[in-house]
Amino acid sequence: MYVIVVGGGKVGYYLTKALTQEGHEVLLIERDPRRVAQLTEELGEQVFLGYGDEMRTMRQAGANRADVIVAVTGGDEDNLIICQMARRCFQTPRVIARVNYPKNRALFDRFGIDHVISSTEAILMMVEQQIPSGHVIPLAALKEGNLEIVEIEVDAESPALGKTLAQLNLPEGTSVISIVRQGRAIVPQADTDVREGDTVIVLTEIRRSGEMRRTFTKAA
Amino acid sequence: MHVVILGCGRTGSTLARLLQQQGHSVAVIDRTRDAFRRYLGPTFSGTLVVGLGIDTDVLLKAGIRKADAFVAMTGGDNTNLTAAQLVRDEFHVPKVLARMHDPLRSDAYREMGVDTLCTTDLGVGLTYDFLQGRGWDKPAAEYLNNPIRPEVEE
Repeated sequence: MYVIVVGGGKVGYYLTKALTQEGHEVLLIERDPRRVAQLTEELGEQVFLGYGDEMRTMRQAGANRADVIVAVTGGDEDNLIICQMARRCFQTPRVIARVNYPKNRALFDRFGIDHVISSTEAILMMVEQQIPSGHVIPLAALKEGNLEIVEIEVDAESPALGKTLAQLNLPEGTSVISIVRQGRAIVPQADTDVREGDTVIVLTEIRRSGEMRRTFTKAA
Repeated sequence: MHVVILGCGRTGSTLARLLQQQGHSVAVIDRTRDAFRRYLGPTFSGTLVVGLGIDTDVLLKAGIRKADAFVAMTGGDNTNLTAAQLVRDEFHVPKVLARMHDPLRSDAYREMGVDTLCTTDLGVGLTYDFLQGRGWDKPAAEYLNNPIRPEVEE
């Protein structure tokens, strides 16, 4: 697959690396020359200096042959317009946008963007269109801070079933960053409940991860 | 008529004062209160709303439901396009205009039925004609509908 990622922040960087490792052709578009220099050190020719919301950049990037365009800049309007233009001007089969402010989610739905997500991991799953099986899957170990992001599948035996996040008494140093429900990533609130079939994405301190697992999965 | 103006910069604020002087009802939206102070001054008595133009709550405060027109005049093309489409589709305001800087993006959205005003086309066209020693007797719409542009380089 040819994937164009727009926005070279942490999300764009991680996504580019992960997709490349999985054998996809990926181009990362970033507008800040200093950031491009930094990214190029590690990612090489995969980084392209330009504006993802400009037709010229996108033509140069080969947008007309892209299978997926993912807009993960820090600006919601930018992500929205990038996806809309990809769809209309380049007939891109799949467009995925990151929403930075949850309040803007409805706007993205209204504009007909296929996939709207607010975490890197969920983007990756949607691009790959395969949700891995198993209970707890580490998605990424974050270099600094001894943190990791894990994905947990909630089954019928989960002790968390039917409880809201507030009722779960999550261990300190643990935070639920997203719940993927029926293929859509939602940004959970304290009163969001956990349902069977949910995929919960949790940011946790590595030393707390055992405690966190017991919150969501039945002890083996 | 009631006009909602998004973006209180030079253009938005001047338009707001003009419309108000002519007896229209005007609401201006900007991200910062500073913009109102700087460009509108104390005599402006229209509605001032601090917030983002793509936020429906902010638009409602500006009276978008009773608006006859909405003009998006921020410095950001994407913000203007997003707000214009939201207002058109959600609130069915009869006249909606988005100010644009990028001519190609402006074309793309005109084709999608969004009314755009590309100030780059306008500015370049007028300046070019001035340099050619031509008078400015051409209607402004000419500069927008048949813009004078360089050939596209690949």
